Amino acid sequence: MSSKKSSSRIMRHNKYGYIFLLPFMIVFVIFQLIPLISTIYNSFFENYMSGLMQIGPNFIGFANYAKLFSSGEIEKYTANTMIMWIAGFIPQIIVSLLLAAWFTDPSLRLKGQRFFKTVIYLPNLIMASAFALLFFTLFSTVGPIHSIAVNLGWIDQSFDFMKSTASVRTLIAMMNFLMWFGNTTLLLMSGMMGIDQSLFEAAEVDGATATQIFWKITMPLLRPIFVYVLITSLIGGLQMFDVPQILTNGDGGPARTTMTLIMWLNKHLYSKNYGLAGALSVILLIITGILSIVVFKLTAEKEVKA
Amino acid sequence: MEKEKGSVHARRFIAYLVLIILTVLCLVWFYILIINATRSKNDLRVNGFSAIPSTHLMENLNNLFHGTQPVLRGMLNSIIVAGCSAFLGTYFSTMTAYAIHAYRFKGRKFIYTFILAIMMIPTQVSALGFVDLMRKMKLMNNFIPLIIPSMAAPVVFFYMKQYMDSNLPGSLIEAARIDGASEFHIFNRIVVPLMKPAISVQAIFTFVSSWNNYFIPSLILKDENMKTLPVLIAELRSADFLKFDMGQVYAMIAFSIFPVIIVYLFLSRNIVGGVTAGGVKE
Repeated sequence: MSSKKSSSRIMRHNKYGYIFLLPFMIVFVIFQLIPLISTIYNSFFENYMSGLMQIGPNFIGFANYAKLFSSGEIEKYTANTMIMWIAGFIPQIIVSLLLAAWFTDPSLRLKGQRFFKTVIYLPNLIMASAFALLFFTLFSTVGPIHSIAVNLGWIDQSFDFMKSTASVRTLIAMMNFLMWFGNTTLLLMSGMMGIDQSLFEAAEVDGATATQIFWKITMPLLRPIFVYVLITSLIGGLQMFDVPQILTNGDGGPARTTMTLIMWLNKHLYSKNYGLAGALSVILLIITGILSIVVFKLTAEKEVKA
Repeated sequence: MEKEKGSVHARRFIAYLVLIILTVLCLVWFYILIINATRSKNDLRVNGFSAIPSTHLMENLNNLFHGTQPVLRGMLNSIIVAGCSAFLGTYFSTMTAYAIHAYRFKGRKFIYTFILAIMMIPTQVSALGFVDLMRKMKLMNNFIPLIIPSMAAPVVFFYMKQYMDSNLPGSLIEAARIDGASEFHIFNRIVVPLMKPAISVQAIFTFVSSWNNYFIPSLILKDENMKTLPVLIAELRSADFLKFDMGQVYAMIAFSIFPVIIVYLFLSRNIVGGVTAGGVKE
């Protein structure tokens, strides 16, 4: 009798699980799920503005997708996005690995760790659009960095950082590097500190050098967190928008060589070209979806089982 | 042994050197920004770089506040949007995490897996449908589309759930139930206060990401008086502003990022510690 009563009490409580989930679910359905379904739906319709005239919506199957690939633009913007992501990510991962290894190395006993961590994480919190506008003003032909570089004889007076593909891409990659290497350092550090200290001690007793310990013990044990950093950064890289958008004023100049996928999507949303915007969104959804599965496998599986 | 000591010294030297270079690389932009925000527009036009501050900060700010853009209004808008997002986002994410943490109901595991699975899906991929729906719901030029979606934030949820797993003893909840407290009372009066450290960390992160958010606000906010700071910054970039007053431009950038920097300097310990707490468990 009493056990039945207590189990019914638990049952009575457990319905609160649904009640407490309700706000999340309602908001998720209205603001994320319905928009996502409608985006996918739109990708199968011809629907755009031609001047002031509304064309469509007419069902056209996969024609938007075919159009997306036939123009060659999607390849170009994917390449732009990937080049700028890689150019930022390679220095980011190298510097972060070095810093994380140094911060966690007991034999180095680095002082002022809190100060350095505070400084390197700071750019991550800065408004990306304001940061990009700042870089634009500093590197523009009337900006201070331009004038320093001219005075030092590095560049010609007529050189414009904003008119060269290499320099705009470098600036974007550099901003991404600055904004993310602190975050990556902290993530890798927490991974390194999770490694069993006795492994390092044993290696030291066996006479291993710091370099050997790093490559033979730290790196293999760090692999899951390394993959996590790589994939989440790639997902973030695919969403690259604020920095190039503001730096190049939305046109991805020079000659659209710094136009990213999301900048292109943004252009279609502004011109109300819903068919192509939908198709592009679906492609991005599929790519990020596949990448997410990898992240999910790394973070969630143990969690849910527990 | 001597040699080993020498190599530690050498490695330590290199480590400090690299750290100092990176520190300069992180801070130099903001240093130039502060300096330039204090310089007059003529000084900025004629002399490119200066390492010493000037005296025109108040003049630049004054020009900025009386310029064409509703900058003060923009800051107020940003505070409202980011503040409400931080409050609602953390409260309801804690509630969602509590639902999964404390109750055993049918579909619990499925919902948990589902929330984790959608964690990495970017908002941009559903932006088309989102803006379309907001237009149909007559919510353009409104803060609701920028605030309410933060109530369903899987990343915050995940952090809260992990925090509960290690810091929220079930016995406490059970004791409160025996005392006859209602489930809502337990959540608001016992769980939320216990979650304060986690809530404050996530409130800061939610506030900052909402403060910095540009993509969705630029699609929703069209009325000049509703725009948040990032949208005004973008507007400033697209105006042909090099002819204008550069002192004002630097003042505007400083005005947009310094509130976050100041908050960060006070709370950096919590923030830096909070970065990794929700990450991968190795």
